[in-house]
Amino acid sequence: MEAIQSFEQLEQYRERLKASYNKDLPTVMICFGTGCQANGARDVADAFRHEIEEQGLKVGVDIGFKTTGCHGYCENGPLVVLRPRDILYLRVAPKDVPEIVEKSIKQGEIIERLAYKDVNTKEIIAQYHTIPFYAHQKRIALRNIGNIDPASIEDYLLHDGYKGLAKALTLDPDAIISEVEASGLRGRGGGGFPTGSKWRSCKAVPSDVHYVMCNGDEGDPGAFMDRSIMEGDPHSVIEGMIIGAYAIGASQGYIYVRDEYPLAVKNLLSAIGSARERGFLGRNILGTDFDFDIKISRGGGAFVCGESSALMRSLEGKVGEPRAKYIRSVEKGLYDKPSVLNNVETWNNVPEIILKGSKWYAGFGTKGSKGTKVFSLVGKVNNTGLVEVPMGITIRDLVDKIGGGVLGGKAFKAVQTGGPSGGCIPKALADLPIDFDSLTEAGSMMGSGGIIVMDEETCMVDVAKYFIGFLVEESCGKCTPCRDGLPRMLSILTAITEGKGKEGDIDTLEELCEVLSYGALCGLGTSAANPVLSTIKYFREEYDAHILDRKCPAGVCKALITYRIDPDACTGCTLCAKKCPQECISGERKQTHIIDETKCIRCGVCKDVCNFEAVKVE
Amino acid sequence: MDVDIKKVNEIISRYDQSEESLLAILQDFQREFHYVPEEGMKRLSDVLYVPESKIYAMGTFYKTLSLEPRGKHTVKVCMGTACHLKGAGQILEAIERELGVKRNHTTVDKRYTIESVNCVGACAMAPVVVVNENYYGHMRPSKIMDVLNKYK
Repeated sequence: MEAIQSFEQLEQYRERLKASYNKDLPTVMICFGTGCQANGARDVADAFRHEIEEQGLKVGVDIGFKTTGCHGYCENGPLVVLRPRDILYLRVAPKDVPEIVEKSIKQGEIIERLAYKDVNTKEIIAQYHTIPFYAHQKRIALRNIGNIDPASIEDYLLHDGYKGLAKALTLDPDAIISEVEASGLRGRGGGGFPTGSKWRSCKAVPSDVHYVMCNGDEGDPGAFMDRSIMEGDPHSVIEGMIIGAYAIGASQGYIYVRDEYPLAVKNLLSAIGSARERGFLGRNILGTDFDFDIKISRGGGAFVCGESSALMRSLEGKVGEPRAKYIRSVEKGLYDKPSVLNNVETWNNVPEIILKGSKWYAGFGTKGSKGTKVFSLVGKVNNTGLVEVPMGITIRDLVDKIGGGVLGGKAFKAVQTGGPSGGCIPKALADLPIDFDSLTEAGSMMGSGGIIVMDEETCMVDVAKYFIGFLVEESCGKCTPCRDGLPRMLSILTAITEGKGKEGDIDTLEELCEVLSYGALCGLGTSAANPVLSTIKYFREEYDAHILDRKCPAGVCKALITYRIDPDACTGCTLCAKKCPQECISGERKQTHIIDETKCIRCGVCKDVCNFEAVKVE
Repeated sequence: MDVDIKKVNEIISRYDQSEESLLAILQDFQREFHYVPEEGMKRLSDVLYVPESKIYAMGTFYKTLSLEPRGKHTVKVCMGTACHLKGAGQILEAIERELGVKRNHTTVDKRYTIESVNCVGACAMAPVVVVNENYYGHMRPSKIMDVLNKYK
């Protein structure tokens, strides 16, 4: 395939692709996201290939077959979508495949056993877009994911890929920046800085070289939308970066991806290769005099490298330590040259904004937060996965309507947003609209969009301890408040969870938080106080219960709980006694079993193996 | 452990001979040898004209790099928030107890290296354990050894 050398050629090529594409062809689409692959999607795909051959069907003539990126509903993988009838099957196993081909594809029947069944209403819904998890979503960033084969640039072109770029290249660079400004797009990686203004100030710095970079070092635990975009729609990120580079006058770009995301690296590399072949990257892009190319860099598993200045040091091949913020990276960034660093989801929104216009984009969302946002809805909720909704949705709608409520009918307690720099928002604020400013006001932050649902069995002191423990490990050690302050906080929190807390601990924690937020060098340190301050603010009674009553109300903190077997529920099946690593459960067959408190290490194995929910935590 | 210097040179030659390639080369060392060998760092220092001390600093700073030889199989227990809430701690403890090894260490028979990692981005399947590059979701303390025993 030769490089495309003009806008006309691009559109002609797209028309040819569209003409040869039969949208009525029954097509099997198998999710090949990390989640579905872990659940066995490869075997399912092999079974389909085998079955198609066995039945003498020809791919592309009788049946369409492709593997796609992540649909977001990872919990129920492997997912199989049948087009054009828009049917979604969940937890498909290789043994289901012949039946799917025979009944659903050939005869158009729905196999109810594989369809979605609502946990609350027990209703069976086979239509993809009417399933509550999808029905309330508005997909802009995730527009192509699940529809296209990430390894095929043709599939991307069929779905209007590189159309935004072609339009952008006919515009004046300043007009592009104005368009991005008018769209109200704010950085999706955590800070929420207006993207257009960032571009404008970078462009204004005179220099022989400018850089654009993509931050794919998604480190916030609980968030995986960037992974899904890089894996499932790599061209959208590349296209956004080319537009950004043209707007600010950069000729080199970098994508920094976590080393823990091998599939994302693979798909991005292959996408860059095919974009180069088709003339979207390299010299004289689409026949213009604009040159631009992209390199990929793998991160080294250091959370702090998601911080902008640390990321740039790491790209340069150095130890990723942040620097003080008074030097702005739009002036002196990578190799001390003016640089724009945006997150994966931010870049991925750009082509759509250029193509459909800033007015269209700004029509979604709230006053200060325009557009949609991808959230990873995880934790103790029925439907977990990636969801994209307009900014401003309430926590309650997200958890109840899309998430299908709290897992196991337990009581909703809080959501945690913003990763380790964010905070916990209690049930009382469930009607809070989710946007950049409301979350910050509530003492948390948007971060990259992780929404972790917590129920009554989540201990908030333990959560605070968890995040501070995380940050202690990830602190790079350059500045004192972060390096020394965080371990102090961790030891106080640990003591509280072990029942050794004392009065005044909360005051000391608050004081340490204050020092951190004023004194730390980078965002990792200054926001480290949020998990502690927000849990103290909204769940002070839980701290008090640990400190004053030596009790963990949620039944989590090991030193403060005991395991007990409920005599009414125990059937004497002996399973727990067999599995107990301490051999401290005794009892005859068909008799109630008893745990020896003195030997119990609270490992939870008995509760895990019990089929009768007879093991209670108190 | 003997390190094949030819392999070291081959890895270095995959990249531009500039400081920018340092991290990528070290990561390829890690993949190939399951650790970053001293010989590799010395050779890299000669080729890229970067002081050994700097390369050593990279080796200790980045979590995916290890200066000690690792086990045949790497077991990563995800300690992300979603996994934490769903009991990742108990799974890690079960592994430590069953294999008699602490996190971030290698078993005596060099079969497994146990690591606690921050988030593998598979939160919808929490709690998650990754053995080499295979993901196992919805893990339970009572099931973990069945998974590990598959890896001889």
